[in-house]
Amino acid sequence: MREQVLAIIEKNSRINIKELAVILGAEEIDIANELKAMEEEGIICGYHTMIDWEKTSIEKVTALIEVRITPQRGQGYDKIAERIYKYPEVNSVYLISGGYDLLVTLEGKSLKSVSNFVSDKLSTLEGVLSTATHFILKKYKDHGTILTKKYEDTREKVTP
Amino acid sequence: MRNPLSDTIVGIKPSGIRKFFDIVSEMDDAISLGVGEPDFDTPWHIRDEGIYSLEKGRTFYTSNAGLKELKEEIVKYIQRTQEITYDAGHEVIVTVGGSEAIDIALRAMINPGEEVLIPQPSYVSYEPCAILAGAVPVIIELKEENEFRLTAKELLNAITDKTKVLILPFPNNPTGAIMEREDLEKIAEIIREKDIFVISDEIYAELTYKNKHVSIASLPGMQERCVLINGFSKAYAMTGWRLGYACAPRKIMEQMLKIHQFAIMCAPTTSQYAAVEALKNGDDDVAMMRESYNQRRRFLMHEFKEMGLACFEPYGAFYVFPCIREFGMTSEEFANRLLKEEKVAVVPGTAFGDCGEGFLRISYAYSLENLKVALDKIKAFIARLREEK
Repeated sequence: MREQVLAIIEKNSRINIKELAVILGAEEIDIANELKAMEEEGIICGYHTMIDWEKTSIEKVTALIEVRITPQRGQGYDKIAERIYKYPEVNSVYLISGGYDLLVTLEGKSLKSVSNFVSDKLSTLEGVLSTATHFILKKYKDHGTILTKKYEDTREKVTP
Repeated sequence: MRNPLSDTIVGIKPSGIRKFFDIVSEMDDAISLGVGEPDFDTPWHIRDEGIYSLEKGRTFYTSNAGLKELKEEIVKYIQRTQEITYDAGHEVIVTVGGSEAIDIALRAMINPGEEVLIPQPSYVSYEPCAILAGAVPVIIELKEENEFRLTAKELLNAITDKTKVLILPFPNNPTGAIMEREDLEKIAEIIREKDIFVISDEIYAELTYKNKHVSIASLPGMQERCVLINGFSKAYAMTGWRLGYACAPRKIMEQMLKIHQFAIMCAPTTSQYAAVEALKNGDDDVAMMRESYNQRRRFLMHEFKEMGLACFEPYGAFYVFPCIREFGMTSEEFANRLLKEEKVAVVPGTAFGDCGEGFLRISYAYSLENLKVALDKIKAFIARLREEK
């Protein structure tokens, strides 16, 4: 049941327990217990909302930053990653295989605030060898959802 | 001027669903639960393969029976799902939808005056196709108390010495009924004993919500008297690609192929390339869609229960078939009023045979959000009807 619950709430975290129970053919109490258990185990880490900020009047700039670092003895990459992810403006930090080490996504109010963060905070961290900053110009799809167009039902209204 | 028309076709009633379609399509803001096709888009990797085949210039006829590679994939699919083996070279044909397969199977097997057994409620084309093939259609009226399954007794009662073919439409449109192995075993015995043939329309085979679908062709001694029909429309959400197929013993297939050859030539080439991809890499998509339909099915059954609307639990296709007899209206009256008063379109059960009277076909090939809105309206409508009484 876990897998099914997760598949549904990953797409729709607003669905309530009663509805979940109906569509999965399960008891409400079992669903509630399962959700609680998964929250406690840290499998469910939060219930966020996907927002297309582009469509609001609020200015936001998102950047992807490639960071090359020197791993530290005994702590590998974790120590530097921690120093980076503790900044609240940092959205995500991933350890990556390939040409660089950490992929950091960052959200700021303006290009300037993002570049300030990179030059003042990020690139001056001990162990950071270099950074490459990419600003996101347009989001086509995010979290599996296509942002550019809405679903439209173009089927004939009645068919055999 | 002489009458330019054939008496046979003039004598066939136009599809009952068409009439309703005309009314609904004039209402822009109607919410429809009347659609007999998936709401999902064809999975992208399948569409991509179609596009790719066009880019590569594969725009010619294929061989009459279909692309070799596709026929081989079909054989593999039936082998892995039903554990029956067909010869891709002589026993498989790719058709323009399952519908063409129904037509050519009947025409290949029927001599004038022979009887074809058609369980109803069922898909709208069996009876007209049987008549066009020169058969005498004999309707078997399925009963709600049997969950709209075909029973041995019903079959036995309908068989005469003129009976040639039984059409077996399960999982069923419009009822959502399925036939499980035990049900099939009971009728298979009669079929063998009475020496008749089966056209098994299994277009909804992938959409079952209890056990996996069992084909009657997989039962002992049945493959040799069975035309198995399936296709890509429902399982892979590929209705517009118009692609189905049939598997049958070589003797029958040779004659089906002749009709197909002269009438159709070959199924659309682009669709055939896309279908190869569907069978090779589409299992996950099918599983995802099946799970989604199942969730909606449970939601509808739950809502009907809350409303106190009688409905047997269907385990196949994407339809529910609730009973509306308590309101003392015909299916058509009910559907018309529901459309006028709440702007929700459902299809009267009578569109699928006279014995569909007292029932509605409600499709759940819609998102849960849509279904919720529509069901709230149906709930309000029913409450009003009960007050009127």
